[in-house]
Amino acid sequence: MSATAAAAHPAWLRRASTFLYCRPTFYVLLLLIPPLLWLGTVYIGSLFALLANSFYAIDEFTARIVYEPTLATFRQVITQPAHLDIIQRTLLMAVAVTIACAGIALPIAIYMARYASSRMKALFYVGITLPMWMSYLVKVYAWRLILAKQGILSWLLESIGFDRVLDAVLQLPGVGGPSLASSYLGMFVVFVYMWLPYMILPLAAALERVPESLLQASADLGARPRQTFWHVTLPLAVPGLAAGSIFTFSLTLGDYIIPSVVGAPGYFIGMMVYQQQGTAGNLPLAAAFSVVPIVLIMIYLSLAKRAGAFDAL
Amino acid sequence: MTTAIEFRDVTKCYGNVRAVDGVRLQIEAGEFFAMLGPSGSGKTTCLRLIAGFEAPDSGQILLDDNAVTALPPYERDVNTVFQDYALFPHMTVLENVAYGLRVRKVSRAEQQRRALEMLALVKLDAMAPRRPHQLSGGQRQRVSLARALINQPRVLLLDEPLGALDLKLREEMQIELKNLQRRLGITFVFVTHDQGEALSMADRIAVFDRGRIEQLDTPRGLYTRPNTAFVAKFVGGANVIEGALAQRLAGGASHDAPAFAVRAENILLGDVRNSAATDVMRCEGTIVDVQYHGAASRYQVRLSSGELLTAAAPDSIHQAHWRVDSAVSLSWSRDAVMPLQAAAASNST
Repeated sequence: MSATAAAAHPAWLRRASTFLYCRPTFYVLLLLIPPLLWLGTVYIGSLFALLANSFYAIDEFTARIVYEPTLATFRQVITQPAHLDIIQRTLLMAVAVTIACAGIALPIAIYMARYASSRMKALFYVGITLPMWMSYLVKVYAWRLILAKQGILSWLLESIGFDRVLDAVLQLPGVGGPSLASSYLGMFVVFVYMWLPYMILPLAAALERVPESLLQASADLGARPRQTFWHVTLPLAVPGLAAGSIFTFSLTLGDYIIPSVVGAPGYFIGMMVYQQQGTAGNLPLAAAFSVVPIVLIMIYLSLAKRAGAFDAL
Repeated sequence: MTTAIEFRDVTKCYGNVRAVDGVRLQIEAGEFFAMLGPSGSGKTTCLRLIAGFEAPDSGQILLDDNAVTALPPYERDVNTVFQDYALFPHMTVLENVAYGLRVRKVSRAEQQRRALEMLALVKLDAMAPRRPHQLSGGQRQRVSLARALINQPRVLLLDEPLGALDLKLREEMQIELKNLQRRLGITFVFVTHDQGEALSMADRIAVFDRGRIEQLDTPRGLYTRPNTAFVAKFVGGANVIEGALAQRLAGGASHDAPAFAVRAENILLGDVRNSAATDVMRCEGTIVDVQYHGAASRYQVRLSSGELLTAAAPDSIHQAHWRVDSAVSLSWSRDAVMPLQAAAASNST
């Protein structure tokens, strides 16, 4: 055996692999250096470079950045009513989108994990990921057309006599607007559409890991389907829900394209960042605003952790 | 005695496979009943039919003389110990055991008290605050048992409950289970592929093959009077002798003995020239393999007519005497002969 191995591989190569095999720590280090370099410098490093900017402020008169550490920009973010308004609006939308995604994804994920045949399951996976193969911008603009005043949706609702309902909904303060395409409701629909796959996939994965016998044991011990759902299925789906909601929550907090293409004129955090670092040239304010989603997600994660969402990991 | 479980011509198919094929069965109340068979013989499907996880395609299942065929599991007074234990990973041991009471809306204090009582019964009360993944396999098994018993079911179903345990633990649990059953007086229905386990624990055993019950008998009855070649081979691995060899050995009585079985431990190995009495059957062959089992050795003997027979003997008798390639004679008393029905005949009953 060793003779054939020696013949198949040059000696220096065998010595090198023996060297690595006998030094697992060195081997792991070798494995991790390239990704750590990328993660450390390019990924985290640039993030910190951005965050560092938030501790500077802009000179009101010259519009130049003053490179002296200060908390003035942060104060600006959390004290100006207009800024708080933006944060509140974005946060509410993120929470609403996350709840809606969870509500829609859960039945689909349960079906995929429990009831679908393998053929059906494959069909669902393709169907759910299919929209992700397309350009994000194309989808957003397509939705704008669907939701427009003379668009497909209003035409469809009109033809089945539901146009009154649509008008009534659009009259509602807060969510309504002149048309679906320029209302928070329309924006909400587009957000839910965009992020739904990110909720379904981790949720279905979490539910698929739950052995069938747990559900049978629950029924066997006298639990009705509703009780099995609340006591067994849902608690075991929580890690998937947590993973999915991190996606939907953070993606909504950071997005600036959907709010600027679809929906009401109110600003969102992402749009604010885009505008401040671009047209307004106020990089410190943009950086300070980009800290807001990070803080919100950290709060969300600590709440989820306290609720035991990661106990099963 | 009353009947705890009855199967009336129950059939269950998966696609083209008849997993359970017209099974008729009565299990008495308070009985320790084993369903024995190789994998795919339909024994586990029968258990799942009793629990209510599967519905039969035809036939009826009765619990205490009430038809339950259409009832979901949570309406049946039956609890199950699962093969993988199926403990809820997000609950503590105590919560797992109390689950059956919790879903029945028993008060919290009562849940706690009775769950601790059940845990004490399986000697795990100290483990109450732990999570299932912090327990060993044997402990998980006992938690699963306590959880299934807390609702005081009429029938306890056990699906290969000892399969995942190591030998020593398995033997301990066999004794513990048997004691528990005697103490509680609950009907136990026990599914296993291990004939030793079934023989040592059960009051009665149903031997399954290809979705049918081959034989239903007491352990001693199964071992000493197997009906079919399948049962003779599966329970205790008897030698099945049929065809021309059976004709020749049975001699004059051949017409009513188309096939018979002889247990390995009833076969005597002897020198070829050794003469024998008239009430024995004998044949000759060559040893092809010897397996040492400690207390006894098993000798595989190839007869001159081609059949392979197994003889077992205490190690001291033939020690160093019989080796591979030794020519030997095999003999057994006519009392040791267990006549078998033809397979076709048994299938029609």
